[in-house]
Amino acid sequence: MNTHETELATYNFAYLDEQTKRMIRRAILKAIAIPGYQVPFASREMPMPYGWGTGGVQVTAAVIGPEDTLKVIDQGADDTTNAVSIRAFFQKVANVAVTTKTREATVIQTRHRIPEEQLTEGQVLVYQVPIPEPLRFLEPRETETRKMHALEEYGLMHVKLYEDIARNGHIATTYAYPVKVEGRYVMDPSPIPKFDNPKMHMSEALQLFGAGREKRIYAIPPHTKVVSLDFEDHPFEVQKFAKPCALCGAHGVYLDEVILDDKGGRMFVCSDTDFCEERREAGHVGELGVANKEAAE
Amino acid sequence: MLLHTEALEGGFASPVLGAQATFRALLDAMARPGTIRTAGGDAAPPHPLSIAQGAVALTLTDHDTPVWLSPALAHETVKGWVGFHTGAEIVASSAHARFVFLAAGEAIPDLHGFAPGSQDYPDRSATLVIELPALSGGPEFVARGPGIKDSTKIALQGLPADFLRRWAANRAFFPLGLDIVFTAGSDLMALPRSTDLQALGG
Amino acid sequence: MYVAVKGGEAAISNAHRLLADRRRGDRSLPALSIDQIVAQLALGVDRIMAEASLYDRTLAALAMRQARGDMIEAIFILRAYRTTLPRFGYSRAVDTGAMLVERRISATYKDLPGGQLLGPTFDYTHRLLDPSLLGDHEVAEGIQREPDTEPVMRVSDILAGESLIEMEEPDETDTVPGDITREPLEFPLGRDERLQALARGDEGFLLALAYSTQRGYARTHPFAGEIRIGQVEVEIDIPELGFAVSLGRVQVTECQMVNQFKGSAKQPPQFTRGYGLVFGQSERKAMAMSLVDRALRASEFGEDIIAPAQDEEFVISHSDNVQATGFVEHLKLPHYVDFQAELDLVRRMRREYDAAQEIVEEMKEAAE
Repeated sequence: MNTHETELATYNFAYLDEQTKRMIRRAILKAIAIPGYQVPFASREMPMPYGWGTGGVQVTAAVIGPEDTLKVIDQGADDTTNAVSIRAFFQKVANVAVTTKTREATVIQTRHRIPEEQLTEGQVLVYQVPIPEPLRFLEPRETETRKMHALEEYGLMHVKLYEDIARNGHIATTYAYPVKVEGRYVMDPSPIPKFDNPKMHMSEALQLFGAGREKRIYAIPPHTKVVSLDFEDHPFEVQKFAKPCALCGAHGVYLDEVILDDKGGRMFVCSDTDFCEERREAGHVGELGVANKEAAE
Repeated sequence: MLLHTEALEGGFASPVLGAQATFRALLDAMARPGTIRTAGGDAAPPHPLSIAQGAVALTLTDHDTPVWLSPALAHETVKGWVGFHTGAEIVASSAHARFVFLAAGEAIPDLHGFAPGSQDYPDRSATLVIELPALSGGPEFVARGPGIKDSTKIALQGLPADFLRRWAANRAFFPLGLDIVFTAGSDLMALPRSTDLQALGG
Repeated sequence: MYVAVKGGEAAISNAHRLLADRRRGDRSLPALSIDQIVAQLALGVDRIMAEASLYDRTLAALAMRQARGDMIEAIFILRAYRTTLPRFGYSRAVDTGAMLVERRISATYKDLPGGQLLGPTFDYTHRLLDPSLLGDHEVAEGIQREPDTEPVMRVSDILAGESLIEMEEPDETDTVPGDITREPLEFPLGRDERLQALARGDEGFLLALAYSTQRGYARTHPFAGEIRIGQVEVEIDIPELGFAVSLGRVQVTECQMVNQFKGSAKQPPQFTRGYGLVFGQSERKAMAMSLVDRALRASEFGEDIIAPAQDEEFVISHSDNVQATGFVEHLKLPHYVDFQAELDLVRRMRREYDAAQEIVEEMKEAAE
């Protein structure tokens, strides 16, 4: 091996150097002290592309230790390719234990979903965030949106939501639905379906949000009020599915639509794969499912 | 400047894992105000800096974070220790500090003397790390706010008599404000600016 | 019975294996050596170094090989490596006035001290495919004259001697230049941070913006005062020694654009500057950078901000190709959870629309 080969092969625990971790850790602590406020941080170039979870990965890397058990999900599933890739990254650089079981995880990194199972004290949920600024699509300039947050000027957001109602009879925002945290900051919950919004409210778990490309970290401490924006005559509502999960029969969970053939055949199954598997293991069977033991045969 | 050997020793045996463990204690403490955690790692800072204070300094400070040391701490050994292990600049002006360390039994200076952040950037505020005789057994306060289910009681020992009033003033500034980490020996408890404190029965 | 698709891990590892196979290509051909890339694809290597902000030809060539020649991918790989490097200190500002010049041209003076030096340029080559390059024919050595030991004076210094160009004095406040790779950007930026962002900005993006200023979207009346390419000394202060030591030389391309300025209440009529400085031989990038730098100084000179190239937040937020490619390409990641939510809404709105249409039809029929 020449010098370059040896140099290139060594990385610190959890990849980030200690100075970077300190900087991220300071940002996380301030984010917790000011729930919903976006703390700028000097996001680093990660060995995976911007937009693919670099913010979440940096937050997880700053938090995680040898005692932790990590779960990574994308779209609610542990086996989506990007979730697999991020999980493999932490196994490699931090030699950390991993799991697909929500209950066993101490740190859960997620893209686009909150697990169905209620999170508990001691768990940390790390969200990957593409655009952290809830006002960005109303006002593209950071210089302006920063002022709006400082002055608590959120009228524009309500106007936008109300315009939807006037035009469509519905609030046309179905994911990344804005919330107000502890009565102060309007916050983007990342592109989770608004179905998941209520789970953020008074959660037992600590919720951390990392946006790598946009260089922001924010947080919701446990037991914090998180209210989805709405109107008296148009209260916030979540999507309801007509049928339960076709595999495990669960009601009141978020479902993926699976296309079965080219003749309009489709079914709806749990987006949270761990939740679905556990139910099937416990003997629950949906319309198109089979009892899990038989399936294994 | 020749450093005392005391200043060169007493860092984490494993800087990476010591800092991670202490950060997790801080993370839990900040996320759940009123709960007491033990600082991780094995810091052995010079007297009168406590173990937890030393661990916090090692975990969070570096040359990007000006540090202010209280009069009881601002002697050569502590300065040398903080400087050697963290690279942080020790500043004379409390208003420029991102981290402030106070020794046990010292009067807590006027909170207005520390950086509260700005309207645009409330995160650019100081974190105070204050050593107390104990984190329990003192006069009881009721704490409410983010991170606290309903309410919780805290009973810090050694706070000044007017602390509630001073904290209320800090709280009224929200989202600006100071955040405090109280330490006692190797234990710590956090009081973020979002926490509301009232006298028991108040 | 339905079985969910599994096996992401195996799919990823097989994809990587296939990638490695395709990267190597036809095994009957010799593998490209890093030395060959450094020597023969030098301008590509320079671009990778410039936009990755890391001056290391070997690593840039390695990145290029690893990326199968995909420049943005190579830049990304090199940047991700750069991030992990410890920071020992900051060099002194390089003195381009003391550059060992290999190429130096000015469009503003016919002749000037130090002369016009064409150097290794594509300029005036006829862009005809060269069949001799299909093979490996002997190539004559370049002609070298005795190197000038005298520093070559900068064109901007000539104008400065007449007080006809804005002075660029270092800040009196002794401010330390920012470092955009260590601190989050905060708009409006200082010029130091802006120039850093432009120096690592995407060549194509800056080129298009620079072009737009020439076509009237914020005209700046530019003259290429001087373009110079050569070696500069990198020095670092060693506090323990009390003086600076040289770390070696790097090749840079500098462009000083000279722009007309009518003057304002505060400043007399004079020329203003747009500045470009890029690692390696990267003339197009340095020129584009200097045009965009000048356009972004609009508010400094009280010019109306009317064009994209003048809009700092727009330009700098979108100039980084590693960020841009990541976010554009992230759309290929699964989004089916959000799409499901949208599907549900569109289906619901469609049902309501169809119901409303039916009522309209019925009313029409009733009226007939």
